[in-house]
Amino acid sequence: MELIFEISKPGRSAADISESDVPVFNIEDAIGKKYLRNDLDLPEVAEIDLIRHFTNLSRRNFGVDLGFYPLGSCTMKYNPKVNENVAAMPGFTGLHPYVDVESAQGNLQLIYEMQKYLCGIFGMAEFTLQPAAGAHGELTGIMMIKKYFEKKGRKRRVILIPDAAHGTNPASGALCGFDTVELRSNSEGGVDIEHLQSLMTEDVAALMLTNPNTLGLFERNIEKVAQIIHDKGGLLYGDGANANAFMGKTRPGDLGFDVIQLNLHKTFSTPHGGGGPGSGPVGVGKALIDFLPVPRILKTGDKYSWSEKFPDTIGRVRSFYGNFNVIVKAYAYIRSLGAEGLKRATEMAVLNANYIKEKLKPYYDLSYDRGCMHECVFSGKRQVAENGVHTTDIAKKLIDYGYHPPTIYFPLIVPEAIMIEPTETESKETLDTFCEAMIAIAREAKENPDGVKNAPLTTPVTRLDEVLAARKPDVCWKKP
Amino acid sequence: MDYCPHTPDDIKQMQAAIGVAGIDELFADIPKKFRLKQIPDIPSALSEQETVSVMSDLARKNKLPQLTLTGAGAYHHFIPAVVGHIVGRAEFYTAYTPYQAEISQGILQAIYEYQTMIAHLTSTEIANASMYDGASAMIEAAVLCAKMSGKTKIIVARSVHPEYRQVLQTYCWANGYTVVELAYMPSGQIDLNALQNELDDQVAAVLVQSPNFFGVIEDIAPVVDNVHKKGALLVAGFTDGTSLGILKPAGAAGADFVVGEGQSFGNPLNYGGPYLGIFAAREKFMRRIPGRLVGATEDKKGRRGFVLTLQTREQHIRREKATSNICSNEALCALAAGVYLAALGKNLRKLAELNIYKTQYLKNKLLGLVGWQEVFSAPVYNEFVLRCPDSRKVNEKLKNEGIIGGYELQKDYPELENSLLLCATEMISKTGIDRVVEIIK
Amino acid sequence: MSKQNPQDRLYSRDHEWVKDNGDSTVIVGITDYAQEMLTDIVFVDLPEIGRKVVQKATVAVVESVKSVSDIYSPVGGEVIDVNKMLEETPELINQDAFGEGWIVKMRISDASELKMLLSAADYEEMLKEEKK
Repeated sequence: MELIFEISKPGRSAADISESDVPVFNIEDAIGKKYLRNDLDLPEVAEIDLIRHFTNLSRRNFGVDLGFYPLGSCTMKYNPKVNENVAAMPGFTGLHPYVDVESAQGNLQLIYEMQKYLCGIFGMAEFTLQPAAGAHGELTGIMMIKKYFEKKGRKRRVILIPDAAHGTNPASGALCGFDTVELRSNSEGGVDIEHLQSLMTEDVAALMLTNPNTLGLFERNIEKVAQIIHDKGGLLYGDGANANAFMGKTRPGDLGFDVIQLNLHKTFSTPHGGGGPGSGPVGVGKALIDFLPVPRILKTGDKYSWSEKFPDTIGRVRSFYGNFNVIVKAYAYIRSLGAEGLKRATEMAVLNANYIKEKLKPYYDLSYDRGCMHECVFSGKRQVAENGVHTTDIAKKLIDYGYHPPTIYFPLIVPEAIMIEPTETESKETLDTFCEAMIAIAREAKENPDGVKNAPLTTPVTRLDEVLAARKPDVCWKKP
Repeated sequence: MDYCPHTPDDIKQMQAAIGVAGIDELFADIPKKFRLKQIPDIPSALSEQETVSVMSDLARKNKLPQLTLTGAGAYHHFIPAVVGHIVGRAEFYTAYTPYQAEISQGILQAIYEYQTMIAHLTSTEIANASMYDGASAMIEAAVLCAKMSGKTKIIVARSVHPEYRQVLQTYCWANGYTVVELAYMPSGQIDLNALQNELDDQVAAVLVQSPNFFGVIEDIAPVVDNVHKKGALLVAGFTDGTSLGILKPAGAAGADFVVGEGQSFGNPLNYGGPYLGIFAAREKFMRRIPGRLVGATEDKKGRRGFVLTLQTREQHIRREKATSNICSNEALCALAAGVYLAALGKNLRKLAELNIYKTQYLKNKLLGLVGWQEVFSAPVYNEFVLRCPDSRKVNEKLKNEGIIGGYELQKDYPELENSLLLCATEMISKTGIDRVVEIIK
Repeated sequence: MSKQNPQDRLYSRDHEWVKDNGDSTVIVGITDYAQEMLTDIVFVDLPEIGRKVVQKATVAVVESVKSVSDIYSPVGGEVIDVNKMLEETPELINQDAFGEGWIVKMRISDASELKMLLSAADYEEMLKEEKK
């Protein structure tokens, strides 16, 4: 397909500008030539060509609305359309963030109530909705931990991170000046308690734990883990990316977590948008409330307002208040489902994942054969050993079957990892057909490995040369 | 409303296949004492109709203004109809990050086009696929400069958006960097002497904004010269991207990083988010910059295709050695911006000119009022600062007529009493401006 | 199958090789086994001339599409030359890890450090153990 620049023709335009109803003048004289640019190389296309271009591009893309999208750790559940509709209401989209609070009471009430609902769901004392994404929330959480120890006059230098953790965990720790130390997993896929005990000192500020972890397994020793950390005055940080596994069944706050971050674009059904926008709220227990970012919402009587009068705050982590329109969608989702609906979502998510696990385990090596939660992790080891068919090949072949592949090569502790998270919004028929495809691929990997290694064959482009893209990066089109 | 398709029959069959008698068996790993009966504090479930009703009630509690004169980092611009129709396509908005390139050529190509347009608009060589907002884009550039050089001092002009400076303070505290704020001159532009005094060989980066928070256009070239002479890097920000339609971009003057807020490019005001962090840089920083990058390449048959490239910069590979932890970004907002820029094309300049005409008209009419004075003498784009007898009263009068007045500067700049930061975009009509002036009189 | 590990040099446990020029300078690279593990190399981050490193400090960084690897200096010293060809053609390391794919040349500070390294035979033993 051509680039928009390649279908551009001088003199065309897809957006007109109104004529000025106020006096016009010579801008060069008024502002000064040195401040003005003398080139503007943007595409010139007619509206019909613009629409065709982007519409055709959209048809070279794959979203949840097209088919099953079992990306482990991403929770690609269905994005309810009613949420899109309500979030598009002018009352929500049209307000400037600096409008006076009296004019934004609806928005402030929404944010306040959202914070309250999240506290109830996760067992935390208070929430901030400021961070724009999960990683942003992690950074915010780690900053609050840092401030907590600063306020105590103690500088702790270390953060413990399990070897199965998502890359944002150590990155966030390092960005706040902490040394990150890797914590081993045991043979059951949980935290190696002995290793944790040996690593836990009064120089450790926190353990960052994802529960259930990136293997989809619930930490059976969570009570002991929390105790080991707390006994030495440390804090337990929870990566809530896998919250879809426990809503209505248990709460991180009750399990001993002091701070957690969530991903609204995962658990709370807001669309992923091709990579964003998301939203990464952070919940805290009482010990960390004072350090929450500002501004924070105050409720006096039935009036809401913003306040920055919190002397121990870590400050701001972004401009304005958060990805508000994303929060609107998540709010509508929570109101729509209610407590029972959230619990049912979790139950069906876990049911679906276990169902797939049982159906596929004769054909693919299961990394840990115990009950999984909302996702299961297989390894493509068997297929590699048999005929050199790698997980990447299996993923590409799934594309030819009409599916988006699961997450591959993560977590790093499972070789040739295949992480499948079906979510609760998929029917039994969808899961059955998917398993049939996976089983067919396993068979083909045995009997006709080249058929798998050459996939995908049904897409507009076949496997792309990533080596070339990294050796000679071309990230900006240049006119030939 | 329930989005789970499971019938009781489905559940029975699936439980049998798994070998459990009931759902609760699947949650056996949760210690008994921590099992929840019911999530507290959540109202009962609603039907779809009730959901719409509840949300409408909330939306109605907001008051949409007739007119707004506030910019200050978020701008009311016209969004052409094409933008909503494209970003509303489910193939785009229900997709995830394009890690599987073969089925994501749509968003990958769209982002490649966006990167190209941004690099051109900012007169740099590379732009990433987005950061969270203008503030985080600017601050991540500053942190990158510090990490690359090992130096720990950051200089920031006071005329940079107050919230951006707050975010900078937070990130610099977390990393142990020091921040020095730079004064502005009576013209509204940066004090070059003050800059020269503060620049030493410990400075990693200097952060400026143009047009700055006061709406004043900075002269970037002399700033760049001073900064580079001392071995530091220049990060130049902006808050209204439409300014790039007519103003010379900081990249043309030699800025190392050009960063800013892309909300003006086809994204609604949305009460502050989601917005769009624009991050552009000189080619030599390509292997160090944060954020995702789409690169063009070929498939086995020699066909052009696009992939996420240079992923070794990112957190999922570099982990604790990454210079940023960003994962999810603002891709759909970047798509909106790409559609917007492709739609306007060269008309972006006409749009910028219209903003300038409207702003000048508003400014002249207000200066005609008794006691209203210009505060800064340097040229502006679509925002400016005026001092008046009683700024609070002015805004109150306007508010009573359903109009959002100017941004009061005193809370961020105590020395600027009774001073309002006012903005006029193409969305305000001559009649509207005339009415504003009448109300204030 | 990895190429043969040349006898005329020493090896570290981190898969680097060192060739002693006999005049207090050495050449450093990574082994053929290492380049195979890394797969296609896309970028080499070379140090500046004059950089001083201690034994085991990171002296260069090698990137493939999906991984980043630090190259640890097998001995301490000062970098006196780098293989500029790697800037345009990093794949030289894949093609000829022991020859054209050399990475840095160093003036060493303490020749006794060479004694801590492995011979070709010892390195091959180590690889056999690892593969188990």
